[in-house]
Amino acid sequence: MTKQQANWSPYDNNGGTCVAIAGADYCVIAADTRMSTGYSILSRDYSKIIQLADKSLMASSGFQADVRALQKVLAARHLIYQHQHNKQMSCPAMAQLLSNTLYYKRFFPYYAFNVLGGLDSEGKGCVFTYDAVGSYERVGYSSQGSGATLITPFLDNQLKSPSPLLLPAKDAVTPLSESEAIDLVKTCFASASERDIYTGDKLEIVILNASGIRREYLELRKD
Amino acid sequence: MFRNQYDTDVTTWSPAGRLFQVEYAMEAVKQGSAAIGLRSKTHVVLACVNKASSELSSHQKKIFKVDDHIGVSIAGLTADGRVLSRYMRNECINYSYTYESPLPVGRLVVQLADKAQVCTQRSWKRPYGVGLLVGGLDESGAHLYYNCPSGNYFEYQAFAIGSRSQAAKTYLERKFEGFTESSRENLIKDALFALRETLQGEKLTSSTCTIAVVGVGEAFHILDQETVQSLINEFEIVGEEPPADEATVPDQGGVAEPGPADQGTPTDQGVTPMDV
Repeated sequence: MTKQQANWSPYDNNGGTCVAIAGADYCVIAADTRMSTGYSILSRDYSKIIQLADKSLMASSGFQADVRALQKVLAARHLIYQHQHNKQMSCPAMAQLLSNTLYYKRFFPYYAFNVLGGLDSEGKGCVFTYDAVGSYERVGYSSQGSGATLITPFLDNQLKSPSPLLLPAKDAVTPLSESEAIDLVKTCFASASERDIYTGDKLEIVILNASGIRREYLELRKD
Repeated sequence: MFRNQYDTDVTTWSPAGRLFQVEYAMEAVKQGSAAIGLRSKTHVVLACVNKASSELSSHQKKIFKVDDHIGVSIAGLTADGRVLSRYMRNECINYSYTYESPLPVGRLVVQLADKAQVCTQRSWKRPYGVGLLVGGLDESGAHLYYNCPSGNYFEYQAFAIGSRSQAAKTYLERKFEGFTESSRENLIKDALFALRETLQGEKLTSSTCTIAVVGVGEAFHILDQETVQSLINEFEIVGEEPPADEATVPDQGGVAEPGPADQGTPTDQGVTPMDV
């Protein structure tokens, strides 16, 4: 008697890639705008990036229905926080909240691969990277999604964030200027679009710094 | 109102068909410091008097933001008010989450009223001792409601609750017909004038009052002290008549003005309350 198998899956993968890079006083978050299912394209203009708070942005690839549900939960929790504390959540606080929210559904996870980016309470750029059930770490840069396997080694080569195990302790922040980081991100996606079929169409880049928030777009390969 | 044998329980009727516990709860509202609300076609202004129990303490928070489009000012047991505000905030968040649109004000006040009614029909509960002026905006325009401990609610063009609110109500009754078309600035000025009526001689400064506004294109927010103080100065210095009053008796404004000698030092009047 063979084990009974489900004849449907509650999950789907809508593809896409997300990248975030932290600087000394800025943070760059980018994601492509292609949403796919199987070998088909559902949309060429779907944003995977959301602003959760003044200084926190989240980009998520994976199953976009779960991503949307996760975004709504976090937005509601942030509103409650604002009512109780009379201020916006800091990025590290949001990072912990995201981790807890993901783990809450440990046994029916959000199929979402997230990168959280923003400015910490000192104004320095911070990036947090997650798995589907909430394990997270603060890093200098990160990539998630279908193109991550192509982008991460490239970023390692260019940015080489020092290990947190090293002594003396080094900053988890890359010594890159804002425009250099943006160019790097554009290069990453241009390369990923060449070989990853789920990445392409358009690139949305959001830059967060002391003067506020800014968006840039770049056309990518549409095939 | 005197003590009698039918007022021990909220679930006991009097022979005259009254629930005394509920009426006593409404008394608690009348004892609280004044809260005022006014609305125009596009804006709602909430104002309240800040009462600090002593010079050393901060004043109680009486105006709460419930959502971007709704705010509430309270009079009576402020602890009850805080709890109800938390309930209202939750309801707004849950509605937004499900329907991706703001909770209509009329719906919120009904839910609030039903919640208050429950406490008038359970022997193990007591009525909420707080009156709420709920001001908000939705698709059908600007609204101002008053929610009672009894579970009743009414919509108003302008209203005042709490101690010495009758003085404010008298002022509002004179002016309310002009409110619908009133500008945002005049509406706020009218609120300040009405508030001043309840102070009856006491100096109106930004440390003794709180003003909040919500309007078309303007999320609910409490005005900061400097803004309020400059608005107060504007009309005190000019010795101004209450705005947009065509049937004005000219000497009414001038005679009623409190001593104009201290116009120059408005900001250091008394103890600045701790800002929450």
